[in-house]
Amino acid sequence: MATEATGGGLEFHPMDQFVVKPLFGGTDVHWWTPTNVTLWLALTALASIALLVLGTRGRAVVPNRAQSVAEMAYGLVHKMIEDIAGKDGLQYFPYVLTLFMFICFGNMLGLVPTAFTVTSHIAVTGVLAMAVFIGVTVIGFVKNGSHFLELFWIKSAPLAVRPILAVIEVISYFVRPLSLSIRLAGNMIAGHAVIKVFAGFAAIAAVAPVAILAVVGMYAFEVLVAFVQAYVFTILTCVYLKDALHPSH
Amino acid sequence: MFSLLQEAATHAVEHSEGEIVGHDAAHGTDAAAYGADAAGHAEAAGLPQLDLTTFGNQIFWLVVTLVVLYLVLSRVALPRIAAVLSDRQGAITGDLMAAEEFKQKARAAEAAYDKALADARTEAQSIVAQNRAEIQAELDAAIAKADAEIAARTAEAEGRLREIRASSDVSAREVAREVTAQLVASFGGNADAASVDAAVDARMKGAVQ
Amino acid sequence: MEGNIAELGQYIGVGLTAFGMGFAALGVGNVAGNFLAGALRNPSAAAGQTATLFIGMAFAEALGIFSFLVALLLMFAV
Repeated sequence: MATEATGGGLEFHPMDQFVVKPLFGGTDVHWWTPTNVTLWLALTALASIALLVLGTRGRAVVPNRAQSVAEMAYGLVHKMIEDIAGKDGLQYFPYVLTLFMFICFGNMLGLVPTAFTVTSHIAVTGVLAMAVFIGVTVIGFVKNGSHFLELFWIKSAPLAVRPILAVIEVISYFVRPLSLSIRLAGNMIAGHAVIKVFAGFAAIAAVAPVAILAVVGMYAFEVLVAFVQAYVFTILTCVYLKDALHPSH
Repeated sequence: MFSLLQEAATHAVEHSEGEIVGHDAAHGTDAAAYGADAAGHAEAAGLPQLDLTTFGNQIFWLVVTLVVLYLVLSRVALPRIAAVLSDRQGAITGDLMAAEEFKQKARAAEAAYDKALADARTEAQSIVAQNRAEIQAELDAAIAKADAEIAARTAEAEGRLREIRASSDVSAREVAREVTAQLVASFGGNADAASVDAAVDARMKGAVQ
Repeated sequence: MEGNIAELGQYIGVGLTAFGMGFAALGVGNVAGNFLAGALRNPSAAAGQTATLFIGMAFAEALGIFSFLVALLLMFAV
């Protein structure tokens, strides 16, 4: 399996970019060790704070560019929750906006060359998705009590098929965190790995121009994907929130 | 075909094939360090995402990041943006209300102008009517005066005419009576005064009218 | 050329998962195409349905990503 790598000078290490390394030397990764994950998580948080806090420090009625973008992000998420989960979903707005800003900036900063993509790790996206899943389940039971279980017992269906539908609904309910986390991480892994593979092909002079064009195209596509995945994660969070707040419809 | 370094490292431990070891060495010290690291952990998988030893680290720092980000956003950023947006909304509605007020004022001013114009027009019309009435009255008075004068003069003239006619009637009768008496006398008749008078009256009737 | 039969099976399996991604691409294209067809029939209602479009695309795409995950697991974890 290593024959190509040693043979033609082609070296593909598309997964090396995802390796977690301690920042200050050493090899052991303890739970408290500052690693490249720590660095890029911090940069993600700082970028979000820079946009939403520093960008709006003018408090201008007529906004400048940074404030416009901050207000656009605010308006996007605010409208999303209001449209999908309803007015009573707005009390969870800060958390949903935190998720959106974190994922969006995590994806975008991951596209900086030599950067580490925090959202490409199952550990990170899994925690995000489990937080949404557990939070939504708790909210559903706190707000609706046992009526929350009506989410799985579809009253509009004929009685005979309701048990089958209930099984399907329960399965799809528990697949939610899995699909949320794997969708996000999978998109990030796939995009970055594909860019790396195309970059590896650039070592062959004959196909280098094609490879470089492909890298440029993939990069543009990945910028789009970075935003769309943050959007999708947030919108699915809103949909789940709607299920928790109004399980009967 | 992907040839992953860490796989190479684990395989190197198992097989010690010359080719794979050479490949490992070709990747440099950094990669070799990772390979050794990956091989060092029993549960280390080929994919960095599935390396369970780093999960605790990632989850810990992720939770720290999320909590910090959540606190900063919910305490600082969101109230500020909400305030800015509601300020802007307030400014917009305030401006709209001011515009509406100005529009009302303009409408009131236009109505007042129209009213003043209508008032002036009616006043002008009443003045014109009044003047016309005065002139008419003067004219009527003058006409009446003139009519009266004319009537008076006419009456005077008629009186004089009647006088003249009466006097001429009387004198004509005298003349006719004398002439008749003389004629009768010259013809040798002796006419008494009474029959002459009757004859003259009978003749004169219808002649002098 | 040396190697073992398990590795061969792994790589064949990884190649087969590419079909999964291709079919997911069909699904995503189907979602987008039907949205466009509907949007051209009734453009005024299209703006309100972009969220639904993205949800549909995300669900269709997720299954392709699952096959990608299976490929990664076959390559590196099995």
